[in-house]
Amino acid sequence: MKSQKNLGLIARRKFGNILFVGFCWITAAVALACLALILYGLLKNGVGGMRLDIFTKDTPAAGSVGGLRNAILGSIMLCGLAMIFAVFVGVMAGTWLAEYAGTSLYGKAVRFINDILLSSPSILVGLAIYELLVAPFHGFSGLAGSVALALLATPVIVRTTEDVLKLQPAALRESGVALGSPLASTIRRILWRSGRTGILTGCLLAFSRISGESAPLLFTAFNNQFFSWNMTKPIASLPSVIFQDGLTAFDDLRALAWAAALLIAAAVLTVNIVARTLARESRQS
Amino acid sequence: MTLTLDPSKTPPKGAVAKAKPRGGALDPFFEAVCFACATLLLAAIGWVLLSLVAGAWPAMQKFGVGFLFTKSWNPVTEVYGAAGPVVGTLITSVLALIIALPIAFGVAVFLVEFCPAILRRPIGTAVELLAGIPSIVYGMWGLFVLAPWFALHVQVPLLLMAQPGSLLEKLTSGIPNGANILTASIILAIMILPFTAAVLRDLMLTVPAQVRESAYGLGSSTMEVIMKVSLPSISRSAVGAVMLGLGRALGETMAVTFIIGNSHAFPKNLFDSGSTIASTIANEFNEATTQMHTASLIYLGLVLFLITFTVLAAARALLGAQKTV
Repeated sequence: MKSQKNLGLIARRKFGNILFVGFCWITAAVALACLALILYGLLKNGVGGMRLDIFTKDTPAAGSVGGLRNAILGSIMLCGLAMIFAVFVGVMAGTWLAEYAGTSLYGKAVRFINDILLSSPSILVGLAIYELLVAPFHGFSGLAGSVALALLATPVIVRTTEDVLKLQPAALRESGVALGSPLASTIRRILWRSGRTGILTGCLLAFSRISGESAPLLFTAFNNQFFSWNMTKPIASLPSVIFQDGLTAFDDLRALAWAAALLIAAAVLTVNIVARTLARESRQS
Repeated sequence: MTLTLDPSKTPPKGAVAKAKPRGGALDPFFEAVCFACATLLLAAIGWVLLSLVAGAWPAMQKFGVGFLFTKSWNPVTEVYGAAGPVVGTLITSVLALIIALPIAFGVAVFLVEFCPAILRRPIGTAVELLAGIPSIVYGMWGLFVLAPWFALHVQVPLLLMAQPGSLLEKLTSGIPNGANILTASIILAIMILPFTAAVLRDLMLTVPAQVRESAYGLGSSTMEVIMKVSLPSISRSAVGAVMLGLGRALGETMAVTFIIGNSHAFPKNLFDSGSTIASTIANEFNEATTQMHTASLIYLGLVLFLITFTVLAAARALLGAQKTV
């Protein structure tokens, strides 16, 4: 009698376990299917729009032939300028957190705020930059867009820089001190150098995050139909072209938006993969 | 042997001062720059908050706290209320979490326990790449691929099935174009899934192998090890991870703007179009002509800031020192 009860229990447990294992396999398949579906949709709709015109012509009015030249240039300029700000501030702030802050309350506060900024909604950053750099000057500008993007990229770099520097062995710092070098030189010449792959990875991840951002650009850099190098005026970017053209009723503009989406996704995925490869290599060495 | 000092060999006076390490003068300057950059981060968030309050001030004075409970959003009569967008934000985010959480949990367990070793890294990377795709690309995909499919294969059949006046009819009424709260939630779920899965996986890897192996040694099945040993030991951080995902969903803008249908009316059911705080701001901010309209939109932004700040702060407190980028 007792053994029969036990057998029933064992069967129930085995059955439950099979269900559980099956559930895990199915969910993994679902997640991968999502990725595949999105990539497939992107390729199917985007490849058709990929012509040489994309790189040589500017965004058109509906019905005429055009490309994405101004948007590509705008995106590169916006992200490039943002990364210059973000890398400087991010690396310095991360260094301060790792080397100077210690366990001070102020350091904890900065760390906490950085974590909040890391996942705060990007549209709020856009609104805040609008209040600071757009409304007072009565005009959208590429510069304002860059500042908004920089504010989104910085926390990522701060976080990785701090983590990477904290992973460096104390012996490295001591050897610097033993040679009589000031702390600033120890940090610059020894710690940054030994952690540079990690810091570079953080910068790449930050870059890949901001290059697809559109929400903060809507109210800051706005958009521009024409080719422009002028960062003090509105400037086009790939995400804002997608937002503007993707929602129109014209098939040719939509095709262009798909091509832009494919371009961004390809760029972001490439940067992501490079960053991950770098991170893995630095861990192995 | 003793060390004696030979007076003739002592360095000349002032030499020690001269031998100060090169770049020593840079030291305080370098620290000051680092400190300034760290302070800049604090200033940034304080200033985001300040500028939102300043921009929203006219609307705050006019509508007060009642803003949150007013249902109408009417630029013509200049009456603005946040109830529709706030409810839309909460519904889509929570629904997204409900959809994504079981899947993320399954994926995390799969990667830790069942995945063949060769596939572990490719699948892990693929899931993480899903997190890297820009939200506007999800928006395009949602609007042009998911929404038509959803309308054709889910909404229309349900509508045809529904008897007039029945509960099903009430639940499924709406324009069957696929742009509704449910599809927005599905897109959001796909977006927060990889992030949540990656954090949960990292958390599960922190459970010591000995603990899990001893549970196996006592005859536990895989399910029992995970549900009764692994999960309880990481539960606190896991809740933090889930809230971090929720924080992302709350503030997500572009993908939702594309697919939610952008109606300010209070949503009647999941198949009705709606709006979220972020999508309302994205759609209307540049078109707002009156000061009160702009101020109301910024007031909405302030509400979003407070909601996400609370959720993220709670998430961080629960996660503790756990690393998450």
